Amino acid sequence: MTEIFGVPTQALFGQLLIGLINGSFYALLSLGLAVIFGLLNIINFTHGAQYMMGAFVAYLLASKAGLGYWWSLAVVPIVVGFTGVVIERLMLSKLYKLDHLYGLLLTFGLALIIQGLFRNEYGTSGLPYSMPAELAGGRNLGFMFLPNYRAWVIVASLVVCIATWFIIERTKLGSYLRAATENPAMVQAFGINVPRMITLTYGFGVALAAFAGVMAAPIYQVSPQMGADLIIVVFAVVVIGGMGSILGSILTGFGLGVIEGLTKVFYPEASNTVIFVIMAIVLMFKPAGLFGTQK
Amino acid sequence: MPRSQKIALGVMAAFFVLAPLAVYPVFLMKAMCFALFACAFNLLIGFGGLLSFGHAMFLGTASYGAAHAAKVWGFPPEFAILFGTAAAALLGLATGLLAIRRQGIYFAMITLALAQMIYFFYLQAAFTHGEDGIQAVPRGVLFGFIDLANVWAMYFTVFAIFMAGFLLIYRVIHSPFGQVLKAIRENEQRAISLGYDINRYKLLAYLLSATLAGLAGATKALVFQLASLTDAHWSMSGEVVLMTLLGGLGTVFGPVAGAFIIISLENYLAQLGAWVTIVQGVIFVICVLTFRRGVVGEIGNWLKKPL
Repeated sequence: MTEIFGVPTQALFGQLLIGLINGSFYALLSLGLAVIFGLLNIINFTHGAQYMMGAFVAYLLASKAGLGYWWSLAVVPIVVGFTGVVIERLMLSKLYKLDHLYGLLLTFGLALIIQGLFRNEYGTSGLPYSMPAELAGGRNLGFMFLPNYRAWVIVASLVVCIATWFIIERTKLGSYLRAATENPAMVQAFGINVPRMITLTYGFGVALAAFAGVMAAPIYQVSPQMGADLIIVVFAVVVIGGMGSILGSILTGFGLGVIEGLTKVFYPEASNTVIFVIMAIVLMFKPAGLFGTQK
Repeated sequence: MPRSQKIALGVMAAFFVLAPLAVYPVFLMKAMCFALFACAFNLLIGFGGLLSFGHAMFLGTASYGAAHAAKVWGFPPEFAILFGTAAAALLGLATGLLAIRRQGIYFAMITLALAQMIYFFYLQAAFTHGEDGIQAVPRGVLFGFIDLANVWAMYFTVFAIFMAGFLLIYRVIHSPFGQVLKAIRENEQRAISLGYDINRYKLLAYLLSATLAGLAGATKALVFQLASLTDAHWSMSGEVVLMTLLGGLGTVFGPVAGAFIIISLENYLAQLGAWVTIVQGVIFVICVLTFRRGVVGEIGNWLKKPL
């Protein structure tokens, strides 16, 4: 068997692939956080719970309504995104004039409620969600075996990330959004409905989290706590990348996923903590994050 | 100390002296440990404006430190508590130097992430015994003559520690140091332009908060004779935020009231499983949306007196 640095290539590429998969989720989730933070100045602590809701709604659609994976991929982000819109209208919109920390506390409370409700209903054990038949199986690339579904996750999240970047940086709607991030009062004065834009932005960020949840459902078990620990890692990813740049958060997400995967190969004991250690190092030398600017 | 606060202090002290006649003392000791923990947390958010979402790491570190020192090394209780508290202080220094580099929301995320790192460390380290925790920690004999196996000796030791910590925090927030801290919270730029080295003040406040949170954790380990992963988990960090928020951010007595309410609530809802988190979440939402002054803050506002 071929080896690199004393590690069989199969294991190395296998972990690299898992790293890329995790990185896809880090990228999708940190992107949603960054989009929401840009306009609302709120760190959405509910993001992990909304990711979990995405997976759960997909599971329920499959078991109760018989709707498959592809339907879920289209419908679930809209459904969960709509709950985000309701949360924004009913609660978050009351907090914009206050210290931003209250937004964090409110969304933390919402996360506790949502996760508690799902745990009451479905317990803590994971529920299986089968992957779409079209993507079952895999192909042999010569140096490793690549399951089709995993390849799809990486490609799909890359496409969604780049599409989001394109909308925000290259379209007219995106330019309104960026302008409102800089100076909402001025944009409002130009006749653009900024409050509605804020609502839809929150809904969009939540939809991204739900989309990630649907994609995660066939890989990880669907369970009420699936987003709780993940969101803390994503926070660290956001601190490392800095929230100033969309491309920055995509790059950091994938990069850190890969680094985490490699750590699993070379020093497995540290694989849980490596991202936090990197965060500490980045804070020492570049407190604003790799792609951020400190205001 | 204004008269209203003198009265409140008297009421609080009298309550904790008399309550064990009617209420289970272990429950009251738990409440006092968490009250001290919440007061330490409040020092940072209420007077320094820094929201830490990782205070469980200090509670957990001190409780593991004290439990390990008492059980494995056979330290007497006073040194076990001192050792646990010192461990938390050291961790406070290390994480504080990193966390104060960013403000506001970033500060919260960084402290949360650092605390998660510490949690994973304890999950894997051998001396914590993983999911089992350090069990059957001996309470020992305080100063060589007070046997803490006696519940009353333990109770009044915890009471003394709690009151000492509480009065120290009171002294700090009413000192010139506390005033500068408030100035930094209100307007950081202006405090800088007045020549204050704000990072030193923030670090000191953070360190003090970590140390006192550690004192609470070390004491708690001796009371329950147990140090476990629960103390270091992020949900514990969330709980102390909730206690302080419910009692009243930036009030002197709020965290004590908040801790007492939350601990009682958990006691009564314990059979209901996941409902505890739901109720906690609902309290968070209600507090943030309509009740931002907290219980003690509202009472103080109604009496028009600082509490």
